[in-house]
Amino acid sequence: MELKLPPLAETGETLTGAEIAIRCLQEEGVEFVFGYPGGAVLFIYDALFKQKKVKHILVRHEQGALHAADGYARATGRPGVALVTSGPGVTNAVTGIATAYMDSIPMVVITGQVPTRAIGEDAFQECDTVGITRPCVKHNFLVKDVNELAITIKKAFHIATTGRPGPVLVDIPKDVSQQSARFHYPEKIHLRSYSPVVKGHGGQIKKAMQLLLEAKRPMIYVGGGAILGEASHEVTELVRLLDFPCTNTLMGLGAFPASDKRFVGMLGMHGTVEANMAMQNCDVLLAVGARFDDRVIGNPAHFAAGNASRKIVHIDVDPSSISKRVRVDVPIVGHVKDVLAELLALLKAGKDKPDAAALASWWSQIAAWRAKDCLKYDRTSNIIKPQFVIEKLWEVTKGDAYVTSDVGQHQMWAAQFYRFEKPRRWINSGGLGTMGVGLPYAMGVKLAFPKAEVACVTGESSVQMCIQELSTCKQYHLPVKVVNLNNRYMGMVRQWQEFFHGNRYSESYMDALPDFVKLAEAYGHVGMRVEKPGDVEGALREAFALKDRLVFLDIITDQTENVFPMVPGGKGISELILSEDL
Amino acid sequence: MRHILSILVENEAGALSRVAGLFSARGYNIESLTVAPTEDATMSRMTIVTTGSDEIVEQITKQLNKLVDVVKVVDLSEGRHIERELMLVKVRAAGKDREEMKRTADIFRGRIIDVTDKSYTIELTGTTDKLDAFLEALDKGAILETVRTGVSGIGRGEWVLKA
Repeated sequence: MELKLPPLAETGETLTGAEIAIRCLQEEGVEFVFGYPGGAVLFIYDALFKQKKVKHILVRHEQGALHAADGYARATGRPGVALVTSGPGVTNAVTGIATAYMDSIPMVVITGQVPTRAIGEDAFQECDTVGITRPCVKHNFLVKDVNELAITIKKAFHIATTGRPGPVLVDIPKDVSQQSARFHYPEKIHLRSYSPVVKGHGGQIKKAMQLLLEAKRPMIYVGGGAILGEASHEVTELVRLLDFPCTNTLMGLGAFPASDKRFVGMLGMHGTVEANMAMQNCDVLLAVGARFDDRVIGNPAHFAAGNASRKIVHIDVDPSSISKRVRVDVPIVGHVKDVLAELLALLKAGKDKPDAAALASWWSQIAAWRAKDCLKYDRTSNIIKPQFVIEKLWEVTKGDAYVTSDVGQHQMWAAQFYRFEKPRRWINSGGLGTMGVGLPYAMGVKLAFPKAEVACVTGESSVQMCIQELSTCKQYHLPVKVVNLNNRYMGMVRQWQEFFHGNRYSESYMDALPDFVKLAEAYGHVGMRVEKPGDVEGALREAFALKDRLVFLDIITDQTENVFPMVPGGKGISELILSEDL
Repeated sequence: MRHILSILVENEAGALSRVAGLFSARGYNIESLTVAPTEDATMSRMTIVTTGSDEIVEQITKQLNKLVDVVKVVDLSEGRHIERELMLVKVRAAGKDREEMKRTADIFRGRIIDVTDKSYTIELTGTTDKLDAFLEALDKGAILETVRTGVSGIGRGEWVLKA
């Protein structure tokens, strides 16, 4: 790759590869490195030991390191950094890398490798790291020459954080970390083969404005790209200026505030009736940093054929997201924030306003869908309803907590019932759907924002996938609150088995669960069990009042509760199942 | 639809597996793939022959462009272009068939580049179609071994593919 290197005179002191790696992290302003030592990274750990700027967080399993770095990145917008050893260190990290990749999270992963002379000889703790991770990173490097190390790490941060973000891995053989080179960290970098488009096409933005102004049944659909692209302010201004309905995807929650009356809720497989129906029936759709994925629009053929005259404007930084599953009429490639700012400026400069009469009638149609009250549940039950717990969590934290979740029913209830007002408050694995992320995510968030309330909404199955991180929470005093919605089932698996597999609950019931209260105590935390609806609020208040303790709330919930609405796999998004249908 | 993609990639270890991995991971077809360095030693040029609908080929192009090692991608089949493939065929050439084999090679403008008393090795260059036609013209039993490079392509006229 072509690099503009400064003259030799500017190069600095001589350092070992290990020291260079750590110095690069310092130059990048990295606060935390999440990792786990091992043979191939011993020199790097030695270099870490000799400095104070970069703080290392020792996890209990490499998967936890990656998720924690990922959670830190999701909450802050800054790249998360992880450091693991070769072989099993890397393979344990793969799930975390793939999780970040699917949700376009900026991360730099540094991995140890066996010495260059041993590569390919099936050495102890050797694996083909760049080969194994290639399909789940934005890019990766194997550094064979210590003189290339600093520039490679610079490239890694540059690639991870620009364009559509993603994880970048740098594999460093042990001998490279031991050898010495002159250290120079370039301020800027140019890669001839990598130059993401930033500015949207002016003509396309005008076309988009025209379509929006002519719309009779408009809809604004906002995805995770709006959060990654820091465009939430522009999204909010645009929606309010036009007075159009707005929906957020699972990854987009918080991009537009849930308290605004124009918010029609999350859309998709477990989206609201009003969001899904408006999405299906609108005449002009503005998609912002979203990718029309299978959990959002269901069957693309149904989506297209059900409303063939619908015009779609799609703003995204990644051209390959446009017209991938759904044909788009006005594609705009660029930073969502900048494109929306231009669109707003055009709208404000012009005299034209949306058709008020058409909009009024569209809003009354949406009101009719809203009146279905599709998220209703039995509030009189004397068994704890999971939705009720999330509502109480929202009340107790005044809607201002960082909420991480694992994957399954609890994730959907948290998404539906915790009404997110701000971006980067909802931290979950949307793309890969990785069980076990919730607790390490909460660690990353709490380290980034020690004074903020951090709740991990989880289930008894998910939380056990990274439960060992309770120990990390103890070591670094991370007083997060774990809200374990314990229904003794892999709830989402059970729900699909109930709906689509004739109530045959094959292996979705988990017998012999641990006593989570004692488990929390064994790790040095506070455990509480909650069994009655009347005790939920009190327990949550007590947990959050314990400012400096991690509290594990084991909340025994209704085993039979399902997530509604639901679009069955392969169906169109207007083909929803509601709780009353069953 | 058949498409011929010309791709300039950084001459880095792993660039080929990134491209090949993309095709297999996303379920795209590769009919042939050739790669070699260019006049600029820092870059290699690949020619990939693939099939798919316009939507799929558009996605392939976009996904290729997303790879950090990929410098440029063009779909040669969108314009006038030339394509060539090289084939080496070892054929049985003994007795009365020996003369006939040489004549067939001549008709297709093949060159005999190795000879034993029982066999010829014929070098043939042309479009995929021409190479197929040559093989069809031979008696199946006479073909001992074939090896083909896959298609290389270049645009017609003065336009050049550059970084």
